Amino acid sequence: MRIVLAFVALLMALPAQAVEPDEILSDPVLESRARELSKGLRCLVCRNQSIDDSDASLAKDLRVVVRERLIAGDSDEAVIEFVVNRYGEYVLLKPRFSIGNAALYLGGPFLLLIGGFAFWRMTRQSEVAHQKVAAAGVTPLSDDERRKLDALIGKPD
Amino acid sequence: MINELGHFALVLAFAVSIAQSIIPMWGAHKGYAEPMRFAQPAAITAFLLVGLSFAALTHAFLNSDFSLKVVASNSHSLKPLLYKISGVWGNHEGSMLLWVLILTLFGGLVAALGNAIPPELKARTLAVQGMVGVAFLAFILFTSNPFDRLPFPPEDGSGLNPLLQDPGLAFHPPFLYLGYVGLSMPFSFAVAALIEGRVDAGWARWVRPWALAAWSALTIGIALGSYWAYYELGWGGWWFWDPVENASFMPWLVATALLHSVIVVEKRGTLQSWTILLAIIGFSLSLVGTFIVRSGIITSVHAFANDPERGVFILAMLGLAVGGSLILYTWRAPQLRSDAVFSTMSRESALVLNNLLMSVSCAVVFIGTLYPLMVELATDGESKISVGAPFFDLAFAPLMVLVLLVMPIGTALPWKRGDLPKAMTRIWPAVLLAFCVGTVFAMLRWGGPILAPFAIMLAFWAIFGVLADLGERVKLGRAPISESLRRLANLPRSVWGQAIAHIGFGATAFGVAAITAWASEDIRTANAGDMIPLSTYEIRFDGVTIENGPNFRSDIGRFTIFEGGEEVGRISSETRFYPVQNAYTTEAGIRASLVEDVYVSLGDKQSNGSWAIRSYVKPYANWIWLGALIMTLGGLLSLSDRRHRVGAPTRAKRQKVVAAE
Repeated sequence: MRIVLAFVALLMALPAQAVEPDEILSDPVLESRARELSKGLRCLVCRNQSIDDSDASLAKDLRVVVRERLIAGDSDEAVIEFVVNRYGEYVLLKPRFSIGNAALYLGGPFLLLIGGFAFWRMTRQSEVAHQKVAAAGVTPLSDDERRKLDALIGKPD
Repeated sequence: MINELGHFALVLAFAVSIAQSIIPMWGAHKGYAEPMRFAQPAAITAFLLVGLSFAALTHAFLNSDFSLKVVASNSHSLKPLLYKISGVWGNHEGSMLLWVLILTLFGGLVAALGNAIPPELKARTLAVQGMVGVAFLAFILFTSNPFDRLPFPPEDGSGLNPLLQDPGLAFHPPFLYLGYVGLSMPFSFAVAALIEGRVDAGWARWVRPWALAAWSALTIGIALGSYWAYYELGWGGWWFWDPVENASFMPWLVATALLHSVIVVEKRGTLQSWTILLAIIGFSLSLVGTFIVRSGIITSVHAFANDPERGVFILAMLGLAVGGSLILYTWRAPQLRSDAVFSTMSRESALVLNNLLMSVSCAVVFIGTLYPLMVELATDGESKISVGAPFFDLAFAPLMVLVLLVMPIGTALPWKRGDLPKAMTRIWPAVLLAFCVGTVFAMLRWGGPILAPFAIMLAFWAIFGVLADLGERVKLGRAPISESLRRLANLPRSVWGQAIAHIGFGATAFGVAAITAWASEDIRTANAGDMIPLSTYEIRFDGVTIENGPNFRSDIGRFTIFEGGEEVGRISSETRFYPVQNAYTTEAGIRASLVEDVYVSLGDKQSNGSWAIRSYVKPYANWIWLGALIMTLGGLLSLSDRRHRVGAPTRAKRQKVVAAE
């Protein structure tokens, strides 16, 4: 299923893979920051692939840009800001929260709340019904009794 | 000649499917027995005809008949036999034919073996199955005919995409299709039940095996794809949240929910309309997946076919199937009343919670996958956003944490009415054990991410929770050991299946947590003889040799792995060049074990004669796929339960297990 990456590799017709040795910064702290930032930035010519994973030459360019900014002393946020100013928000694999993206971020939690509420009501109703039955001093039919009753009234299993 | 026969068989299958979707439905409506019975021979004939057609196409591939367009553009005379066979479905036209083959196979199985299904339900189910068949056969015949001839056949074919020339990927599509198409059966049963207006325990018993089978096939299919990505793409990634991956993952999530909710319908006679809805959504998502992959609408490079005509056809089909069934649902579902009473703390409420979490997870994936498309459509291309792995990780992980947290408690709760303290006393040793395992890992991997030991704890909580519950069921420690063993042997297979599948889920969660938290890597250029230090290992690069494969040439880098000065293994990592397609692939060298993989991938030759080499240590990576395998095993075991076989359409299911293997 991961043909995606693979196809990109094919387009390149070269087996180059993601970060290459010549890009790596000698300072391990800067390099690990660069790697983390790269994971959140999209390779613009590939689909849904971060520049950290991509072997496209454009991704390499962007990786180099990120490293140059880090060497220049930019903070992580400043690097991201720099890249977004150049390429637009499209470059972010995790979009920024905004009115337009509210449904993306809140859709899941919202559904969870609605579902949770429905779940609560459902069991609540059941509880109430159960208590009513108990209060009336009536024992509900056991499974066995119900089966016998179903058989009597001809209701199929 | 054989090709024309195959084509003709396909046209006949189309005609038979039309009859299959009309006559039995009319018969069931009128209560006429003969037209209802017509469904059986029709479904079986449709299968035989599509089978014939598929055989004809396979024949063309095996004999490299380049007068067929698909063969010419997807095969090559020098290709190894395995890939000539897998080439049949390694392209758009052939894969759609495989789709329909599996669809009619399932219909045929229900027809041939489902003698215990009430005749009306059976007739309607097969009729709905027939309709799906009509749609797909029309799609093949009108937009994607595999039997199109070329007026001037080329000397040789252009070959199969080298990336597909891999055992893992050869079998990945058939399993996924078994899963996708497997969900068509619950869908057909659901629509039939809506038409009939009745859903009972019997219905659930017929649907459950199909949900289980589809789920099992999807599990193994997704795992194969993921494992293939891991060893083939050269840097050990195993899941990418790509639209095409998500397309297979969404039906899996819904199938998971479905196979849990159908249990509630069977045992407690409630949740009927929800279960029907899940069955409809499950297959709808299979269709959405097919649409995403086949139309190329979400421009994933994966999409084999990029033909708008096909996209529009599938979209129309999708609209008809989803729209039609949902309209039927809103019209009929209110009539499905359930009367069972259950409390907040009970097995069924835990199953409802599972359904809630799985559905929300699926919704999150769905929203994330389609959001960029929606934004682009809504703003007329003005604004474009990306939704990728960082978003999905953030949105998905908390839901899985909840699933892992609740799962063992759910299995420990009794039906109808339970209470939490009682359930916890059943499984408290699991809490303790999980805590110990988490602590051990925290000490072993001191300095790693803070959350990692907690994730490990959670995964082992799931595993030990299941084991503790199993121990409780057999009165381990409270009865003589012989008695416990006897009880263990007598546990129904569905109980075993459930326990094993849940353990598998925990194992996968463990692998995911570990590989995410503790992987280490080294990227450098090296000359033959250089030592590469990596984690606790040292890897010696022994140089590169050039060798020839059947249809490729490969650079093979050889490496020796040392640990503490001792040689512990040798691996080789290849870069293959396929001259026919002028393309490269990589085959990583992996020293695999259950503890950690040492993973080495050979990169480019540098101008100074050294080689780019990436090496990784991937801790507990294999648990991800091992867990999936265990889950599948659990599913199949549950499928083989005697209670599924007795009475019901049960023998049909067993047959299908065979097919799923």
